[in-house]
Amino acid sequence: MNKFPLWKNLLVLLVLVFGMLFALPNLFPEDPAVQIAARDDSALEAAELARVRQILDDQTLDYRSIALRDGRISVRFESVDDQLRAADTLRGILNPRTQDYVVALVLAPRLPTWVRTLGLQPMSLGLDLRGGVHFLFEVDMDAAIDQVLRRYQEGISVMLRDERIPRRVRVDGEQVVVTVNSEEDAQRAETMLRRMDDPLQIRRGADGERPALYLTLSEEQVQERRDFAIQQNTITLRNRVNELGVAEPLVARQGADRIVVQLPGVQDPRQAEVVLGATATLEFRLVDTENDPIEAARRGRAPINTELYYERNGAPVLLSRDIIVTGDQLTNASSGFSEGRPAVFVNLDSQGARRMLQTTQANLGRPMAVLFIEERRNLVEQDGELVEVSETIREVISVATIQGVFSSRFQITGLATTEARDLALLLRAGALAAPIFKVEERTIGPSLGQDNIDRGMQAVVLGFALVVIFMIAYYRVFGLVANLALLTNVVLVVALLSLLQASLTLPGIAGIVLTVGMAVDANVLIFERIREELRNGNSPQAAIAAGYDKAFSSIADANITTLIAAVVLFTFGTGPIKGFAVTLSLGIITSMFTAIIGTRAVINLIYGGRRVQRLSIGGSLIHAPG
Amino acid sequence: MPQAKTGKVLDINFLGPRKIFFALSAILIVASIASVLTRGLNFGIDFTGGVLLEVGYPRAAELENIRSLLQASGYEGALVQNFGTATDVLVRLPPQAEGMDGSAIRDTVLSLLRQQEPAVDLRRVEFVGPQVGDELTEQGALAMLFALLMILAYVSFRFQWKFSLGAVAALAHDVIITIGIFSLLQIPFDLAVLAAILAVIGYSLNDTIVIFDRIRENFLRLRRETSEQVMNVSINQTLARTIVTGLTTLLVLFALLFVGGDALYGFSLALIIGVVVGTYSSIYTASATALALNVSTVDLLPPQKEEDETLKELP
Repeated sequence: MNKFPLWKNLLVLLVLVFGMLFALPNLFPEDPAVQIAARDDSALEAAELARVRQILDDQTLDYRSIALRDGRISVRFESVDDQLRAADTLRGILNPRTQDYVVALVLAPRLPTWVRTLGLQPMSLGLDLRGGVHFLFEVDMDAAIDQVLRRYQEGISVMLRDERIPRRVRVDGEQVVVTVNSEEDAQRAETMLRRMDDPLQIRRGADGERPALYLTLSEEQVQERRDFAIQQNTITLRNRVNELGVAEPLVARQGADRIVVQLPGVQDPRQAEVVLGATATLEFRLVDTENDPIEAARRGRAPINTELYYERNGAPVLLSRDIIVTGDQLTNASSGFSEGRPAVFVNLDSQGARRMLQTTQANLGRPMAVLFIEERRNLVEQDGELVEVSETIREVISVATIQGVFSSRFQITGLATTEARDLALLLRAGALAAPIFKVEERTIGPSLGQDNIDRGMQAVVLGFALVVIFMIAYYRVFGLVANLALLTNVVLVVALLSLLQASLTLPGIAGIVLTVGMAVDANVLIFERIREELRNGNSPQAAIAAGYDKAFSSIADANITTLIAAVVLFTFGTGPIKGFAVTLSLGIITSMFTAIIGTRAVINLIYGGRRVQRLSIGGSLIHAPG
Repeated sequence: MPQAKTGKVLDINFLGPRKIFFALSAILIVASIASVLTRGLNFGIDFTGGVLLEVGYPRAAELENIRSLLQASGYEGALVQNFGTATDVLVRLPPQAEGMDGSAIRDTVLSLLRQQEPAVDLRRVEFVGPQVGDELTEQGALAMLFALLMILAYVSFRFQWKFSLGAVAALAHDVIITIGIFSLLQIPFDLAVLAAILAVIGYSLNDTIVIFDRIRENFLRLRRETSEQVMNVSINQTLARTIVTGLTTLLVLFALLFVGGDALYGFSLALIIGVVVGTYSSIYTASATALALNVSTVDLLPPQKEEDETLKELP
């Protein structure tokens, strides 16, 4: 009696071996390291490896090892100081003006080769444990819709102009309003607009005295635009994060209009935020020289076909309404110096280059301006409530005379050094399809991260030790077996976390600690039942069998209901709550296995298949009448 | 040969004085609700929105100086307190009206502090926009409600609706009293505490289910006893387990409370309160509610298959 078939024993052994194998990488210490990758994600070669090694040797920087793996170079150091010094030096030498390499700070586990070849990895630590910045951005969907309406406005205006229909086209809230002079024109305009690509919904009406057409986006078009805005913004943010040179960043969509960005190891949220949240883009326009900008500024109105802007020094400038090139037609941008002044070197795509060539040919000697556009959002109090209000900043950053004909390559001056660097970076990474606003930020300093790990580990160890001592004192040999199961349970949870590469967070550690407490419950149920059976006069063997059988339904029900709570937590929770739910769920599942099948296997090995006089299960201090 | 009997035989009439315990629970619940309504909860910035900075000073920080500095600089309602040690300071600011966003507040506050003490080390910054806070409150309440509904459905399916109501009554009891204690003592209520309360639901339910399982088993075994007697026997039979599990869980939670650091303080405290209240409610609230609903053997006549198994086990 009480013998497991061979396959069950093998199963327990197999799970144990797999658990230990996957948990193994977590035992190795981590080195501070610097990772170098190509900006365009192409694989680096041995020549570059030699170059980096040369640089490190020339600058007498100490390092532990250097290796080329998966097209990336990773250099390990003895200390964080060495790491930081080397990273700064390498950034300076590898990227003198161009930005060809991403140099990122990482922690590299010191894994033996055979572990690495098996593809095993340690758990990834959450931001609260290793330090870093967490941002939650919200995409301004109203602005995204407004943008698309303005594009329609321009297109419609041009279309009707070509048809020589006198009109006034404006955006009013969520509709484009086209006002014409006569019913006849309205009819012609409507026929035209119905043939447009991706036509809007048209409603005839009147704008004051005159006939008008009201155009709105269909629900599908709105949805499409929203989806596009968030997808495009996610891509752009990912590009920008890559530009920042952060190792293992996370950029992911969250819900309908949010994007979460996690930057491990980043200690200064400011620079990251400036770059990520910036909606800066550029427009190149001709300067209107026929009207007097000072006069226009005084009257507060710009003459027809011009717009009034200001330079950084406050001087008014009149710009032509026609835009030559916009920021999204740029193919590359880098910062540097031109004649001693900070400059951004710009490359245009073919369409932009053609426009630029035409414009410069026709306007030699005339001034051209670069208009810098940025969206910002502020909290403002309105009727006692805090409301976020966005504001668009447009300023002319440079006005220069067109000295010669140029097309695809040219430079912009008129910025400070850091501005030039950030602008180049933003132009390279692409523009955001709609402005984004930070709704949440969490920054954990690296010292606090280490502190959290240490304290969490201490709590796990202490809690574990207390339970272990109690179980042995109370249940003797059976308690010892339960402790083995408990230990295996922790190993299995760590193994699963490593396998799934789910991030371990501080609440996650709390989840593990809680499972340690609760995993014992299954064994307590079984052992109390065995004691009861013994009191009722059953033989030890029969008591073991009955104890396991009868406790099963209680254990299953209890664990399933807790699992329900954990799954609900996971579904509704964000960030910290999710981390807790993951380890709790994993812990419940593994503890069912270790506490029921695992302990039974060991108990069977100890007591099974022989005559047993008594079980070492301790004695109850209290029990119900038999 | 049977192993010798040990220990003290207990036969406590748990459900006899159930009216007294009902009254006790009712008082606790009313007090909790009253406290939440009058004192409210000390919500963390996860829920209210705002900016939180945790900074490290090289030596014990003068909180009064920091407070007056912030006050003088126009930050109304700044909360300044020590966090764990005398050198760690937590500064909490409610959402500001002056058209400033979180980043600007963070930067100015930090530079203000650094003017006073240049060696201030920034350890943690949290900024939560007001709309995120509102959503979290909504989500948290929704999660709680949804968890209760799912559990109600599961217990109805596994047992019977009278048990289900008993279980959910016990859970609601635990959640309300735990929140009540947080309100009464004004302990900060953040996301981690919310997670802990949901874990309390899991734990308390665990406890309740184990007792219900025994009651179900005994209803089928002891056909002559009254419902109250069956329940009393069941609670007594599972008492050793209830105490041992509660004890091991509390051991671990106290380890978290004392060693886990301030970040886990609220979390472990909520769970400790919840485990104690939850153990009490599994015995009294859950079973007594089912009893009040006149639960009896008839309610538990199992499907044919299960009955066969049970019959086999009968002596």
